[in-house]
Amino acid sequence: MQTTIDPAEVAKFEAMAAEWWDPNGKFKPLHMLNPCRLDYINAQIAAQFDRDLKAPLPFKGLRLLDIGCGGGLLSEPMARLGATVVGADAAPRNIPVAQVHAEQMGLSIDYRHSTAEDLAAAGERFDVVLNMEVVEHVSDPLAYLTACHDLLKPGGIMLCSTLNRTPQSFAMAIIGAEWIMRWLPKGTHEWKKFITPDELYDLIRKAGLTPVDRKGMVFNPLRWDWSLSDRDLTCNYVTASVRTG
Amino acid sequence: MENRVLIVGGGLNGPALALALAGAGLPVTLIDARPAPARAEAGFDGRAYALALASRRLLQGIGVWPQLADKAQPILQVKASDGRAGEGPSPLFLHFDSAELDEGAMGHMVEDRHLYAAFLAQMQASPGITLIHGQTVVAQDITASGAMVTLANGDQIKGRLLIGCDGRGSGTATRAGFRRQGWAYGQTALVTAIHHAKPHQGIAQQYFMPEGPLAILPLPGGHHSSIVWSETDAQARAIQALDDADYLTALRPRFGDFLGEVALAGVRFTYPLSLSLAESYVAPRLALVGDAAHGVHPIAGQGLNLGLRDVGALAEVLVEAVRRGEDIGALDVLERYQSWRRFDDTAMALGMDSVNRLFSNDNSLLRMVRDIGMGVITRTPALRRAAMRQAAGLSGPLPRLLAGQAL
Repeated sequence: MQTTIDPAEVAKFEAMAAEWWDPNGKFKPLHMLNPCRLDYINAQIAAQFDRDLKAPLPFKGLRLLDIGCGGGLLSEPMARLGATVVGADAAPRNIPVAQVHAEQMGLSIDYRHSTAEDLAAAGERFDVVLNMEVVEHVSDPLAYLTACHDLLKPGGIMLCSTLNRTPQSFAMAIIGAEWIMRWLPKGTHEWKKFITPDELYDLIRKAGLTPVDRKGMVFNPLRWDWSLSDRDLTCNYVTASVRTG
Repeated sequence: MENRVLIVGGGLNGPALALALAGAGLPVTLIDARPAPARAEAGFDGRAYALALASRRLLQGIGVWPQLADKAQPILQVKASDGRAGEGPSPLFLHFDSAELDEGAMGHMVEDRHLYAAFLAQMQASPGITLIHGQTVVAQDITASGAMVTLANGDQIKGRLLIGCDGRGSGTATRAGFRRQGWAYGQTALVTAIHHAKPHQGIAQQYFMPEGPLAILPLPGGHHSSIVWSETDAQARAIQALDDADYLTALRPRFGDFLGEVALAGVRFTYPLSLSLAESYVAPRLALVGDAAHGVHPIAGQGLNLGLRDVGALAEVLVEAVRRGEDIGALDVLERYQSWRRFDDTAMALGMDSVNRLFSNDNSLLRMVRDIGMGVITRTPALRRAAMRQAAGLSGPLPRLLAGQAL
């Protein structure tokens, strides 16, 4: 752990970490989505670097950046699978929270209060960049995706998920998740900033990366869980892109 | 910190789970309150389990079946009928024949002494399993990052997850504050083994008597059967107090003479019957398996089979979580196991409960209804095969280990 935390603050951060990591708490929608996201991320990384997911520590030797890491919901699984993980978040309060939780779990993760643009400018390079549920929140998606490109080593892979701009996503993400279920605070999402898969592919190519795969992430209200879909990209979807040169 | 799993309870479900998890690379510590058993093979005592086909596949998957295969008796047919002492079976009865199932024998009878010995040998040969014998757990402590148990000798053992396989009186569940629901049936099972002059031909028989069900389950060799005989508590106490000759005299008219002359061949055991369901199977860093979660009425030998379904489901959920990079003790991971198993277990427990209530009854109308019902199932091939698949443990979403697949 690089940052030292004021001991007086630890209890507060532990309480906040417990909140982040409570599967039935404030971040329930992310916990519910997490297995589905992880299945996609893991399969794509394994395919790109020819790793066996049934072997112990399949991601050993890979340097991975988790942008918008929050409490570490993706950083921790990646560290458990053996990756060397840097978790970055623009919100400074998330960093010590993620740090205390990783420490409780016995995981070594380098959490930083930073942005993709700053890390790229500092010359940081990664085999894998996780860019999950971030692009719909940034002001200049092309500049942001270009920074993601710069953060990747040649042969590296970026996983990027976001929300499609469709009537279904308006119904689901705004009316359903924010207004009715209260899963997310009102105003979390601005529907007009949602990006269609074709627009995202276009932006990714302009940023210098090559899109290689995309899948929908579909919520099934009967089974009350998420699964990957080849056809239904109308709401949440996730893409994989590689840096070829 | 490693992903160590602590298993409390060394009966049958605990060792099965330990072997399944260790086989997939998870380190396991198993704590058994009983002392380390003597290496010498125990003598025949008549206690045996009816392993459903799906359970046999799980034993294959965790590597213990090869040691058991030649000591197991395949169940080739099952006959269930309504009966009254001294009258023999009613003409309408259930009859299942394995020849109708593509999967082969519906199940196998395996003696307790062979089953446990095979589990123990396999655990001792497994480098991922640490065995602790002769120690009880006196305290358990769950924190955000792990679970810790304190043993009677003061040793403390830490892991990521604590699993209670410690039976219907589960101390693990009690210490965690889980509430239980259930009731006693007012019935006691009398269990023993008999030798009979005529061969059993691999046929399992179940008679539904007004006092409670009687099962005759074929053991290896052709001339031994295991008897599970349920009576009201008072009646069972009286029968258990009889000497062997009078015990046999009480037993003989209850199943007629189709096996020829019979003689007692095993130790006589009694087990009071009760239903005991934990209100939850999981909590953060804690899960219950088998009777610790759901002690059922042991009609049709479903207790161990249900437990092994729990084992298969929990092992699959945990191994999948490890491969995904998840925390194996996280509540959302463990809830996947609970939602997979609880409905099936509760349905089975209540199903067994109602079968017992329906059949342990001398009301003539009920007798007619159940005789007709059994006759209809027996005469309708699709219904018959569905009931057989249920009995063989092949219905519902099967854990991979029970479907004969690797984790």
